[in-house]
Amino acid sequence: MTTLSSTQPQAEVPAKTKAARIARPYMHPYAAGILLGLVLFGAFFITGNGLGASGGMNRLVVVFEDALFPAHIDRTPYLISMAGGDRNPLENWVVFVTIGTIIGGFTSGYLNGRVKVEIVKGPKVTNRTRLFWAFVGGTLMGYGARLARGCTSGQALSGGAVLSVGSWAFMLAVFGGAYMLAYFVRRLWN
Amino acid sequence: MAPFPLNLVQLLGSPQYFIVYLFIGFAFGAVLELAGFAVSSKLAAQFYFKDLTVLKVMFTAIITAMALIFLTSGLGILDYNLVYVNETYLIPGIVGGLIMGAGFILGGFCPGTSLVSAATLKIDGIVFALGAFFGIFLFGETVSTFETWWNSTYMGRFTLMELFNTETGVVVLAVMIMALLAFAGAELAERYVGKKTEKQPRWRYGAAGGGIALAVAVLIVGQPTNADKWNAIASVNQPKLDERAVFVHPGEVLQYMNDRKIVTMLVDVRSEADYNLFHIRDARHVPMDELNSIVEEFHALPDNAVVFVMSNDEEAATAAWRYLVAESVVNVYILEGGVNNWLATFGEGEAETVSAIDSTGTDALKYSFAMAYGDQHPAASPHADRFELTFDPHVVLTLKRGPASGGCG
Repeated sequence: MTTLSSTQPQAEVPAKTKAARIARPYMHPYAAGILLGLVLFGAFFITGNGLGASGGMNRLVVVFEDALFPAHIDRTPYLISMAGGDRNPLENWVVFVTIGTIIGGFTSGYLNGRVKVEIVKGPKVTNRTRLFWAFVGGTLMGYGARLARGCTSGQALSGGAVLSVGSWAFMLAVFGGAYMLAYFVRRLWN
Repeated sequence: MAPFPLNLVQLLGSPQYFIVYLFIGFAFGAVLELAGFAVSSKLAAQFYFKDLTVLKVMFTAIITAMALIFLTSGLGILDYNLVYVNETYLIPGIVGGLIMGAGFILGGFCPGTSLVSAATLKIDGIVFALGAFFGIFLFGETVSTFETWWNSTYMGRFTLMELFNTETGVVVLAVMIMALLAFAGAELAERYVGKKTEKQPRWRYGAAGGGIALAVAVLIVGQPTNADKWNAIASVNQPKLDERAVFVHPGEVLQYMNDRKIVTMLVDVRSEADYNLFHIRDARHVPMDELNSIVEEFHALPDNAVVFVMSNDEEAATAAWRYLVAESVVNVYILEGGVNNWLATFGEGEAETVSAIDSTGTDALKYSFAMAYGDQHPAASPHADRFELTFDPHVVLTLKRGPASGGCG
């Protein structure tokens, strides 16, 4: 159970299994930021593309849709561009970035002893409330990300670094939206 | 030519080149995890001014990447033309951003961080990611009802430099300074609102100084002009002009115009008067000083596109060719002998409307017309089978570098 006051994972010694490791503290934000900046720069420098996440998730969704209702895909303009006809939605760079993200996240978490089945939430909400709002928030995130043509990674980070006007406006909107609502849902997190 | 970004498809082949993206994604996911972004409460704390890790990590990443991108671009190592800049659809972007902001504070993640959270087995991360999949699915199913609005306020590749009409270095330095001020504010908030007492490391002052130094370097180095870019590639490309390898016979141009498998772009850089008198069917009038405006569009052309530039003779067309090639537009060729040669080739038998005149100026139209025909003259769209032409084909289509489509795919 993580609360705001214990954002650094506790270095409790796990006694039970050999596999369990001591959770190491997180990297300093600026150091992590510089590292993330180098990854982002490397992506642009080598490939010309930045980073992305929601686009890859989108294509994973479309794979399922295409498998179940191929005719529906072929009638929906937005989906045709990804999976129309015999097009394979997975043949796209962002899918591989997304898969890499999952593997990289797990690897880092495992090496630092932070892979653990748990529900992270504020101290005053039940697990059920937390998961309900996680799903609602995820739905809004997914919907908004496609509406905005990119998520925090694809728009804010990538577009921000190459100084796109739309990406900066988007970034301010994300922070603005979250701050406007934060007070009203403070019970969720505090 | 600036060597980066690399032509991955050519270097590694398809689909092997996807492995590069797998590595990039791996590094991305690992860094997100290292920053603590797998933990929703750490992300949400951002919005109560208690733990501003999100702001610090995000903006440090943005300014680091920004400074390096524009420094390498200024030094002619990275081709900014081939770097994907998210296209601006202002209003849908802002509305989507607001919805995402709500999702962020309710759910505690953004899509990328939820994947990392799910990968480290946080149940809330898994549920959020499932929600995100559902939201994405919903969008795909509903977008057709508001597609016009979704495509509105389109501004293309629109950068802050263009918005403020200022030099790249100035914007880079301004963003750098604003980010550092935001970090100072964030640290104050953490101390007074978040009651954080731990001492911050001293190296961050050095890092801030390094950031400013990088931004100043970007300002001093500047960004390459079109002439700089041409000079950097002249040794490779001037011989193509000298050997006349990029001058294409009118017959070959006509062949491409009639080839439905090829997207043929004809760019007419003559004066408007000459263009109105006569131009080839589907030729676009783009004066020399407006060439910049088509660069972005031509970068977005599919791989099977070929561009022919033309003037009355070859002088202006050659300059236009240099300009476009320096801006990394691929598959650009010059109409051999220009419009004069085109008319000499295809104007035959139309004596009543085309008559040769003695023209002393260079690159001037050598024909006079009874009226301004535009593309209504028979020679504007000649029938290929009426002319028996022999020529050596010069066009060789090459693959583009850089992203064909970017953003979140």
